[in-house]
Amino acid sequence: MNVIAAISTLFLPSLVVLILLFALIKKKDAYGAFTEGGKEGIRLSVSLLPFLLGMLVAINILRASGFLDAMNQALSPLLITFNIPPDLLPLLFIRPISGSAALGMVADLTATYGADHFISRAAAIVQGSTDTTLYVLTVYFGAVGIKKMGRALTIGLLADLAGMTTAILITLWYFS
Amino acid sequence: MVNLIWIGMILVGIVYSVLNGTTDKVNAAMFEASTQAVQLVIGFVAVFTFWLGMMEIAKQAGLLEKLTKLFRPFLIRLFPELSPKDPALGFIMSNMTANFFGLGNAATPFGLKAMSALQANNRDKAVPTRSMITFLCLNTAALTLFPTTVISLRMTNGALDPMDIVIPTFLATCSSCAIALTLDRLFYVFTSNRNRRP
Repeated sequence: MNVIAAISTLFLPSLVVLILLFALIKKKDAYGAFTEGGKEGIRLSVSLLPFLLGMLVAINILRASGFLDAMNQALSPLLITFNIPPDLLPLLFIRPISGSAALGMVADLTATYGADHFISRAAAIVQGSTDTTLYVLTVYFGAVGIKKMGRALTIGLLADLAGMTTAILITLWYFS
Repeated sequence: MVNLIWIGMILVGIVYSVLNGTTDKVNAAMFEASTQAVQLVIGFVAVFTFWLGMMEIAKQAGLLEKLTKLFRPFLIRLFPELSPKDPALGFIMSNMTANFFGLGNAATPFGLKAMSALQANNRDKAVPTRSMITFLCLNTAALTLFPTTVISLRMTNGALDPMDIVIPTFLATCSSCAIALTLDRLFYVFTSNRNRRP
């Protein structure tokens, strides 16, 4: 694991060096480009706020009311059979529907259990390794006026299901 | 759909808290959650500003174009319908690069350009082409090397090593991509679309 750890620590600095050297060789205004892209970054992150806030408030209401605990207790025998921690369930359902809502749930799990808990890691990996199938299909097909999603939807959802299951299994294996 | 789920979550929570006698906890939770969201976004501003800045340098210096060239042989195999000079390939590559670095939102503009380039050669404008479906399968499976957003979230929450999820995420995303592409090919082979090349 030491080699892997070294690669993942070195990866980002080398990427930065590569990008900057490239800009230098091509005589581009790297600093100008950086600030230009950075502005876009601020806009993007701030635009996420309403989505995150809305979802975090909703989940926190559910949790504080005691409803989530009750649900978890009712469903736990079923989930334990499939090795899925009950707390991950809402995330698995919302991931293909809304990316920012799912992100809100990951944020909530991470804050509740601590970033180094198994559930937080599994949530992070589920979030990082799948995408918002319904959103992607709606936006991309919608933008060019295609009405029939056809097999793209079936494949997307099947791949999500497989991907999320794999993500949880990999988390169990990698962090054990 | 999200709308109904969201309304449902809040209504169920509030009604349940009244029955369960936990209304005071719900009151506190609403305001705590709002503060938490603002703190999260501050973390995102830091990470996004840095990485989108870097991406912009890479774009202006032509590094993204280089990447497209490098991966062209691989892309051509994935999209056998497209001619190697199709402008859609460049957009597809930029879209995949942005996804690769976990910048899903930055990937969307490239993805939309790729779609309209593909639509330009589409005979039946209401039905997706084979390449469009393959492209969207790749997108929904989200081949990601570096999930920027998730990592910044873990940093904000004080993870010992916020990057420790990078490798398992990569393994998981590779397997979901492989599954999506296999399904895509299988569906293509087993449906009548076979003879309808645009």
